Amino acid sequence: MLEHYLSLFVKAVFVENILLAFFLGMCSFLAVSKKVETAIGLGIAVTFVMTITTPVNWAVNEYLLKDGALAWAGLPDVDLSFLEFITFIATIAAMVQLVEMIVDKFSPKLYAALGIFLPLIAVNCAILGASLFMVERSYTFGESIVFGFGSGIGWFLAIVAMGAIRYKLRYSNVPDGLKGLGITMLVTGLMSMAFMLFSGIQL
Amino acid sequence: MAGKEKLFSKKNIAIFKEPLVDNNPITFQVLGICSSLAVTVQMRTALVMSLAVMFVLTLSNISISLLRKKIPSKIRIIVELAVIATLVILVDQILKAYLFDISKQLSVFVGLIITNCILMGRAEAFALQNKPWPSFLDGLGNALGYGWILMVIATGREILGSGSILGFQIFPDSWYAAGYENMGLMVLAPGAFILLGLLVWAQRTITKTVHE
Repeated sequence: MLEHYLSLFVKAVFVENILLAFFLGMCSFLAVSKKVETAIGLGIAVTFVMTITTPVNWAVNEYLLKDGALAWAGLPDVDLSFLEFITFIATIAAMVQLVEMIVDKFSPKLYAALGIFLPLIAVNCAILGASLFMVERSYTFGESIVFGFGSGIGWFLAIVAMGAIRYKLRYSNVPDGLKGLGITMLVTGLMSMAFMLFSGIQL
Repeated sequence: MAGKEKLFSKKNIAIFKEPLVDNNPITFQVLGICSSLAVTVQMRTALVMSLAVMFVLTLSNISISLLRKKIPSKIRIIVELAVIATLVILVDQILKAYLFDISKQLSVFVGLIITNCILMGRAEAFALQNKPWPSFLDGLGNALGYGWILMVIATGREILGSGSILGFQIFPDSWYAAGYENMGLMVLAPGAFILLGLLVWAQRTITKTVHE
């Protein structure tokens, strides 16, 4: 059992990195990867929220939305799966708000570090993407926790590495038209090529 | 609709034309990159995705613009998300009903239109301050600007990666017999990143814009 979870974790972090293989969370990746410190802050916030929202959305899907999920309420024929998107995004927005309040209450220091990033996360496609992948691949509850955490760590790794590379890039002589988005995309392409080497790894 | 102004006044045409090249949502505003890369392995999926985004973007811009005086600014993000999510659910259901295999290929990326930054960005930056007609033009212009970039990348990836256009093989078999091979890299993720990077480079060199 543990082996299975470990293999899923490695797959989510390296082999199917949510950013480099599925392009999710590019917007904030491009906007916030200019400095390593901010990249670390956002990376931690995303990992945190993703680890929480993926299992929560799993429960929402399992007990409210799926075909026949409302059987416990005496409605075995109801299929609400078309409400998936709007419910998931609402759950995510609510969870982000909740996390923000809890962190503010119990750890003002962490809040000061994450504060500005938390509202951004509600519209980060990686978070919604993780929940949608979880449904598409019909993960169990345990798997959804591991997958959420693994994807978060994968995203964290990618954005921190990018932050470091962009820091170095400041000292290099990039052609005018390539500055900014262009060179970032090319570097991301090379990074994604490097991550492809992990494909096929099975524990 | 546009008050005293003419329907196609210079200003309105500029609103429509600007996002096509000069202020393109992908290459200049850097919005909506996620979906633009993921769905461009084939031209068909890219085309369907562009149409879906066009539908959602124009309608969400119109509805948010109509509601702009009624939305309290504190909860505007949730209201915008609700409008967008409803439209995306519509698109998803339509795709599932009429284009099932393409909807399967697009998989989660239809749902991810909700978090496509173009939609929120245009709602925040334009539709909240403007009347419905200019908002419609802005939505259409941005959707087309998004669409053409998507199609260019998809064309490049499909020709180089699968040797076909819209699913039809374009290189004769004799080429393959002579040793020509499809570029496997283009079908995978890095191909998309590199092609977009090159496209941005080309466009910025032509228009001579420098960022940062």
